[in-house]
Amino acid sequence: MMHLAIPALWQATAAAHAAHPLDGSIAVTLVRLLPLLPVLGFVINGVLALLARQRANAAGSAESSTARNALVKLVGPGVIIAAFAMALVIFFQMQGVAAEALHAPLLVPGPAWMVVGDLVIDWSLQLDQLSILMVLVITGIGSLIHLFSVGYMQDDPGYARYFAYLNLFVAFMLVLVLGASYPVMFLGWEGVGLCSYLLIGFWFSDRANVEAGKKAFVVNRVGDFGFLIAMFLIWGATRKLDFVGAHAALGSMAGTSVVLAIALFLFLGAAGKSAQIPLYIWLPDAMAGPTPVSALIHAATMVTAGVYLVARASTVFSGAPEASLLVAMIGAATALFAATIAMRQWDIKKVLAYSTVSQLGYMFIGVGTGAYTAGVFHLVTHAFFKALLFLGAGSVIHALHAAYHRTHRHEDAQDLRNMGGLRRYMPATAAAMTLATLAIAGIPPLAGFFSKDEILTSVFARAQGSPLASASLFGVPGSAVLYFVYGIGLITALLTAVYMTRMLLLTFFGENRTGEAEQQALHEAPAIMTAPILVLALLTLIGGWLNLPALLPLGPIGLLEQWLEPVTGASATRLGGDGVVSHDTELVLIGVAIAIAVVGMGIAFALYRKPIADKAHAEPETGFAGVLANAYSVDAGVDAVVVRPMNALADSVLTRGVDVGVDRAFSFGGGLLSRTAGLISSRLQDGDVGKYAWMVAAGAVAMLAALTLG
Amino acid sequence: MIAEALIVSAILFVIGVVGVLTRRNAIILFMCAELMLNAVNLTFVAMAKMHGVTGHVFVIMVMTIAAAEAAVGLAIVISVFRQFGTVDMSALRTLRG
Repeated sequence: MMHLAIPALWQATAAAHAAHPLDGSIAVTLVRLLPLLPVLGFVINGVLALLARQRANAAGSAESSTARNALVKLVGPGVIIAAFAMALVIFFQMQGVAAEALHAPLLVPGPAWMVVGDLVIDWSLQLDQLSILMVLVITGIGSLIHLFSVGYMQDDPGYARYFAYLNLFVAFMLVLVLGASYPVMFLGWEGVGLCSYLLIGFWFSDRANVEAGKKAFVVNRVGDFGFLIAMFLIWGATRKLDFVGAHAALGSMAGTSVVLAIALFLFLGAAGKSAQIPLYIWLPDAMAGPTPVSALIHAATMVTAGVYLVARASTVFSGAPEASLLVAMIGAATALFAATIAMRQWDIKKVLAYSTVSQLGYMFIGVGTGAYTAGVFHLVTHAFFKALLFLGAGSVIHALHAAYHRTHRHEDAQDLRNMGGLRRYMPATAAAMTLATLAIAGIPPLAGFFSKDEILTSVFARAQGSPLASASLFGVPGSAVLYFVYGIGLITALLTAVYMTRMLLLTFFGENRTGEAEQQALHEAPAIMTAPILVLALLTLIGGWLNLPALLPLGPIGLLEQWLEPVTGASATRLGGDGVVSHDTELVLIGVAIAIAVVGMGIAFALYRKPIADKAHAEPETGFAGVLANAYSVDAGVDAVVVRPMNALADSVLTRGVDVGVDRAFSFGGGLLSRTAGLISSRLQDGDVGKYAWMVAAGAVAMLAALTLG
Repeated sequence: MIAEALIVSAILFVIGVVGVLTRRNAIILFMCAELMLNAVNLTFVAMAKMHGVTGHVFVIMVMTIAAAEAAVGLAIVISVFRQFGTVDMSALRTLRG
């Protein structure tokens, strides 16, 4: 019965979209192969990692086999580069088809995953403009970071294990963006969470790293709970879980409380994965992992999955303007909050981590105000320059680590106070990092300027008049909320320019504070590490051309806007209306944005060019600076409010109540039961023949009675 | 005629049962068991009048087995007496846990 039903369903979906121009083309096969390639890499590298461990155990040391490492070097980045090539082929195929013909996504049917009653979940994949964009970012940036890792992880005994995890991550990420239904997306969602956990705790012999991985996993569970509830609600409301079907049904239910609830729960999931208030606390700790991991997972791809989710479910969010306003508000709050913390961090990776949280907030401002293109645009450009910043930081840490290793000093290789003047030793990294800093600060014509400006301009345009401005959040009119969000966006832009310039100055300019002996050992990273950095620098330079504003005659206008139009265009219009401001206003807005960036950098120049002490001689920070350096003590607060009461509850109720109770019931209870049974039966059978006789007689009488009376 | 025979046999049987249940002397228990066997024998013989020769055959059989049983049983009683110095069954409680 079931087996008959499933193919029939398939055919139904296939028939409904038979008209798609890419049906039967090579793109269908390539989409199927895309996630499988990194899985292949995972299997090969995983086997090699297991072999290496066995060999190390046998030899009693962690010696690494060069022959095996060579294979890892080939396979690890190789599968991702191959996937990138395939993604390019698919992209050009899509380019070759008329834009109107691509209005519906290409559905690639897959075998059934689970069939329960009328709930049929299959492994269908979906290719549209949004997913191919994400695939290109994931595999493209992924390739560069894999190449960087070849150099960065060179001397690590867990070389093969590292690439196995990283390949697996890319596989799950591709499942996340290519899945044609919420459950398949959720599978990738959970998978990338798993890989994130494994890679944060990659150096698991250090307890702090393991704790950080665990924290990331647990905090993400809170978000996953939201995602799951949203899926249940979608199923309950529409009896469908695939994007096409469910969104069509939900689109016609726009404005109902069900859609609002779905949007809010989806956003809870997005906030967990994309580190938004209040679930951002895991991301700064996630910096415990290797730096390329921070670049790929915790800056460029995985943490943007929440933004992707909101853009993917744009039909849901545009059907619930209140939820969209909340998304924008939370994004703005997160952007400002994280930016203030980043002002006073000394760990170079912590600065970048809080900066990532802040920029993710920007993306949510974009997708929350219905400016889906702007949000996704910032996602892409941020992937370029933040991956660059992290890889640059990785190369700095690599150099300092090697220097301290040579002189046998145990200093912090990630602390800004131990850096300074590094541009003399690593000019290529310094140049690329400077470019990325200018980009994130919003200096034209770098990628970050265009994307950030587009978000701010869209918010302003929608505040002036749009369906979103007519909605209200907790009784506050939407336009007020939007103006407020715009203001916070500007303040955040100022802070971003300040703290990024501070990081740049402390790292690369001024006097070197690493140490006399160490200065001899400081050097530029090998070519395999600098090459990806330079490619990313190029992308940072030209990334803005993806989506130029109409105002500036620099090239083709709004390419990304047109590209994403079939996916998010309708939803964007539903929330934002026409969403245009006059050219004069736009000029003013751009002027303000540039002025703020320049002012911010000026403030940083004024404040952070004076010499400071290295970490060993630094004075503890006091007052508000100390509060910021402590990240507002949020971790301690969460510990006191959530973790410790939870632990106390678990200890008193679950451990001492339920757990010990069950233990007692079974151990003591079981013992008592068998002892009692033994006692009774030994009384019955004590060798007193007279008693046996009585029992036989009683039994006979009972049987007679049963036979005659029954 | 058969009714009277059955009544006598039932009385004999109950006397045997009550003896087994209440007395503790092994020899008396033995005799009571013999009493029950003979009560059954009497029933067989009485029934043989109605149902043919099979009853008689059974009686011969029971008597043979009872003789063998008596031989074995008395041997056990003697060896119990040698072991424990008594034939009171309530004294034989070494199995008790």
